[in-house]
Amino acid sequence: MSKPRVIPGFGLSLGFTVTYLSLIILIPLAALFVKAGGLGPAEWWRILSAPRVLAAAKLTFGASAAAATVSVGMGLLVTWVLVRYRFPGRRVLDAMVDLPFALPTAVAGITLTSIYAPNGWIGHYLAGWGIQGAYSPFGVFIALTFIGFPFVVRTVQPVMEDLGSELEEAAATLGASRWTVFWRVILPALLPALITGFTLAFARAIGEYGSVIFISGNLPMKTEILPLLIVSQLEQYKYREAAVIAAGMLIVSFALLFFINLLQRQLNWHKR
Amino acid sequence: MHHRSATTESAPVRWLLIGLALLALSLFLFLPLLAVFVEALRRGVDVFFASLQSPAALSAVRLTLTAAAVSVPLNTVFGVAAAWGVTKYRFRGRALLLSLIDLPFAVSPVIAGLVWVLLFGAQGWFGPWLAEHDIRIIFELPGIILATVFVTFPFVARELIPLMESQGSDQELAAVTLGASGWQIFRRITLPNIKWGLLYGVLLCNARAMGEFGAVSVVSGHIRGKTNTLPLHIEVLYNEYQFSAAFACATLLGLLALLTLGLKTAVEQLTHQRASRRT
Repeated sequence: MSKPRVIPGFGLSLGFTVTYLSLIILIPLAALFVKAGGLGPAEWWRILSAPRVLAAAKLTFGASAAAATVSVGMGLLVTWVLVRYRFPGRRVLDAMVDLPFALPTAVAGITLTSIYAPNGWIGHYLAGWGIQGAYSPFGVFIALTFIGFPFVVRTVQPVMEDLGSELEEAAATLGASRWTVFWRVILPALLPALITGFTLAFARAIGEYGSVIFISGNLPMKTEILPLLIVSQLEQYKYREAAVIAAGMLIVSFALLFFINLLQRQLNWHKR
Repeated sequence: MHHRSATTESAPVRWLLIGLALLALSLFLFLPLLAVFVEALRRGVDVFFASLQSPAALSAVRLTLTAAAVSVPLNTVFGVAAAWGVTKYRFRGRALLLSLIDLPFAVSPVIAGLVWVLLFGAQGWFGPWLAEHDIRIIFELPGIILATVFVTFPFVARELIPLMESQGSDQELAAVTLGASGWQIFRRITLPNIKWGLLYGVLLCNARAMGEFGAVSVVSGHIRGKTNTLPLHIEVLYNEYQFSAAFACATLLGLLALLTLGLKTAVEQLTHQRASRRT
């Protein structure tokens, strides 16, 4: 049933791949789960139900979901403009979308903080309206949106480029308004890509550390995110607490990715 | 009069959308980039260059370059091997392997540092053994390299796999028929086909390796002039309210980001031109 492997290098390439993957990623992650798993359910409950952990979890997942949602809206608008319209500076704009990928998170963190601080370029306008930019949950949301929205653009862009105009033309011929065409023809075709973009942005946001810790102010119970909580446990040599919180975060992230993968398959299956 | 096409929006709507997108991207992307340089030069050019030439900054730059010089080649070799393995052959467990390669993307950088502390730290599994043999990994260069390798693990592979998948294996199969060895096939056929994608993957991997903060922060121990990489040095300066110095060092990483994006655009244009010339 399997075809003979004609091209040489099967054993070498996959042997190396699997060995390296195990040494660098799988064994270290397994060590984390063994460490955390050895503690038993009572200990897990004690660590994870601490008010400070719950508050951090609420902020991390809440701000990540909000940021990923706004990223989808903003990403869709930017992708639409980049793919469908021709205007001066489009190429530069297209290249700049990747800036959050390329800019180190610590640099993004201190920069966003300086802009959104009460005396910053945008922060002082926000302060005028009574909104606190940096050092608040809103600041966490800003940083996570900055980090997340390129994922949406880069997943939706190729799909939108491949979208033929035939369906749109047919819909227009049948008398559909431009808005109806967008809502009933274009958006459904983009939905799987939008969901993937949302998931990638969300997963990245949950684990994000560098860009958040400067802008958040790191007040326990108020603006402390889960990754920071892990670091502070480590600094107090509370390895068990750090391992359990980390394992909990990973389980939620992996479950989420798995669930959305299933959803994705469902959507693609219906399309066929 | 010119009739507008049924599949595009009216001019006012079009310009409104372009304006909105420009506004969003200016506030979100251009402003932060501009802020790095403005803040860095706020207290003058002298302070700027003095901050870059301080011994701590120079040592941070050296450490960052060293960590990248080790981890980028490692992950490049892995990326090529992995992409070759999963695109040239079909085997059981291939889908699983593909998701495992992407796994580090879903792991927080902080956790990428934590796993090494749990393995090699003083309290870790190998901690006592390492102490006995006087080998130090955590709070030293090896730990920083391991954390960087973990975080930048998928970058080259992620860039190459879709590229090699779309190129197929026809040329390689033809070469096999003509009696070429595996190494010859790779060097004379595959490598020329993937070189631009490979270059871009390496660039991205390098940008992330030099800029990595969370993972390295956990394993470095923050010893100034010794185990502070450039991003960690920036954090230390910032927390000491030496904002101009922090932003001065940040400009180095900002320029690296701009260089990466510029090269990426150039590479894309090059491959695009080739592709359109071929058809």
